[in-house]
Amino acid sequence: MSSSASLATGRKTAAPPKFQLRLYIAGQTAKSLTAFANLQRICETHLAGQYFIEVIDLTKTPQLAAGDQILAVPTLVRRLPEPIKKIIGDLSNEGRVLVGLDVQPVAA
Amino acid sequence: MTEFQTSRTIVGSTGISPRIAKDATPVQRARSIKGTMTKTMTESLPTLPKVRTGIEGLDEITGGGLPAGRPTLVAGNAGSGKTMLAVEFLVRGATQFGEPGVFMMFEESAAELAANVRSLGFDLEELAAQKKIALDYVHIERNEIEETGEYDLEGLFIRLGHAIDSIGAKRVVLDTLEALFAGLSNHGILRSELRRLFRWMKDRGLTAIITGEKGEGNAVTRYGLEEYVADCVIVLDQRIQDQLSTRRLRVLKYRGTAHGMNEYPFLIGAHGFSVLPITSLLLDHQVSTQRIPTGVARLDEMLGGLGYFRGSSVLVSGSPGTGKTSLAAKFIETACQRGERALFFAYEESSAQIVRNMLSVGIDLERWIKKGLLQIHSSRPTLQGHEQHLVTMHDAVRAFRPTVVAVDPVTNLFLAHNDAEVKPTLMRLIDFLKKEQITALFVGLTTSGDATSAPDDSQLGVSSLMDTWLLLRNVEFNGERNRTIFVHKSRGMAHSNQVREFVLGDQGIDLVDVYLGGDRVLTGSARVTQEAQERAAATLRGQDHERKLRQLASKRKAIEAQIAALQAEAEAETEEVHFAIAQETLQVTATHLDAAAMSQQRRVTTGTNGEAKENP
Repeated sequence: MSSSASLATGRKTAAPPKFQLRLYIAGQTAKSLTAFANLQRICETHLAGQYFIEVIDLTKTPQLAAGDQILAVPTLVRRLPEPIKKIIGDLSNEGRVLVGLDVQPVAA
Repeated sequence: MTEFQTSRTIVGSTGISPRIAKDATPVQRARSIKGTMTKTMTESLPTLPKVRTGIEGLDEITGGGLPAGRPTLVAGNAGSGKTMLAVEFLVRGATQFGEPGVFMMFEESAAELAANVRSLGFDLEELAAQKKIALDYVHIERNEIEETGEYDLEGLFIRLGHAIDSIGAKRVVLDTLEALFAGLSNHGILRSELRRLFRWMKDRGLTAIITGEKGEGNAVTRYGLEEYVADCVIVLDQRIQDQLSTRRLRVLKYRGTAHGMNEYPFLIGAHGFSVLPITSLLLDHQVSTQRIPTGVARLDEMLGGLGYFRGSSVLVSGSPGTGKTSLAAKFIETACQRGERALFFAYEESSAQIVRNMLSVGIDLERWIKKGLLQIHSSRPTLQGHEQHLVTMHDAVRAFRPTVVAVDPVTNLFLAHNDAEVKPTLMRLIDFLKKEQITALFVGLTTSGDATSAPDDSQLGVSSLMDTWLLLRNVEFNGERNRTIFVHKSRGMAHSNQVREFVLGDQGIDLVDVYLGGDRVLTGSARVTQEAQERAAATLRGQDHERKLRQLASKRKAIEAQIAALQAEAEAETEEVHFAIAQETLQVTATHLDAAAMSQQRRVTTGTNGEAKENP
């Protein structure tokens, strides 16, 4: 996964992060950037310290698309915890992303 | 903490984004050619470039295949054979035309598909290993997916593009895109993406088959895929009629080219998909002038002395028990005796039963079966639809390569169904056999056993397809039933107009002249009686002649005797006459002598009158 970049945020914990997320994008498009920004924000707000994001650009590694059954981009895949969940779109609706990730929102 | 190292990835170039070539010129079109559906489908005028599917019959209907570099929609109900058609398109392309293909499936997995088509003799996994075919299973589960905000289907494009590039594909199958409609809720995005997908495939010059589920009512597809695939639409249909299912294919639309408009039956057999076009088969079979004997010498004689033409189709029709099967079996046996291969399709009797029954008329089929020259295929007509029967026959003929085929009876097989459907099926069978130069004998069962009426109407539809038509009839007269045969028609040869009696015996089949007594045709024992009578009359006449001759001889003898007697009489009379004459001559001579002597004496005694007076 040379083309993917990971972003670990659980600095203080030695254990692997609880949420392993993968964001599939296809090139640097407005939707991709929006999706990444939204994901970043949501994770920081609700999953601080327990997530790990891997970004896969399918234009560079198209062979990876079949593995997670990627069809639409951007697609966010929750690899862990099981079961695998998918959220497609630019993740602009925070509520639905949280539902999709099965995450209890942190009270503001 | 938000270092955003990923930007490195995101910022990269968009690589093989499919959107670049949006305005590239599509493959040349030849829209102006709107030829009517004529029998010459392969026109010399330039038509749309086409890609051959390799599917039997389909290339003929479409006049050369599917539009090259364009998508074709194949719509139909569940189980109508869409996937099979698509698979065969790819497999044939990969194996016969050197065009690798990508099969992107949305409904079943690659392993499932491979298992399903193995029965057709296609090994997708092997082809995939050889990089001739790429399989990609796109699984989309709605309840696993949450949608939030904007997205596009670039992932699908990338997968497809990747698969195409990995094998250099020229053909693509998407089976079936409609799963996307079920999997994604935002149909607005989906539709615009589909439009983009078709555009993208056209720009890349991919010949594609898109399958789609038949919609409600008149809609071609449930989600209106025909809206995007404007070039060629093929509709498949499976319908049940008389409890038998038949499949139909129709080219609904084919822009810019002439195509067959009809519904064509098709089959999915052991060798794949096979469309059976009627009109596309041009009547251009090779004809043979070679003749092959019927197996009955007298029948050959009736057919110009030589029998049937090779490659012709023969109908032997008659009411039950007129000896049709025997005639067919004889024909088969004769072919085997010449060392040719023969195929017997039996739809009434099992093969063992036929072998046994034919033995009773001196025809030993068993021997040829053992020698491998004869195959008997027995099955129930109702076992499958007549289309399926047809494909079974095709397969059997292809596998066995016979020169002679008998179908017994063709009526049960085909004519039990709706006539309008059956005739084309039979026509296709005949066409197929003619093309292969196989002489075919069809046994037809007529319903009416009436000897005097015109040939049964049920045969008339079929008979026009036949080159030779022999009619067998029962004649009931004089307390018995006998069989007669005559040649109803026989194209291209002098044939007898005579009715012959058809005799089945231990030694086989023979034809005998019938007797015309008064206004009746005499057969059977009436004929035998007539023969005996004629023989007796002939004997009698012979005897009479002899007697007359004898009489004449004796009469002649009598006359001759009479002649002899008369002649003897005449001779006797002649002699008598001769004697009398001689006597008279003698007397005359004597008298003369006397007179002379007298006168001499007188001269001596002149003066003595006395003496003279004494002599008064």
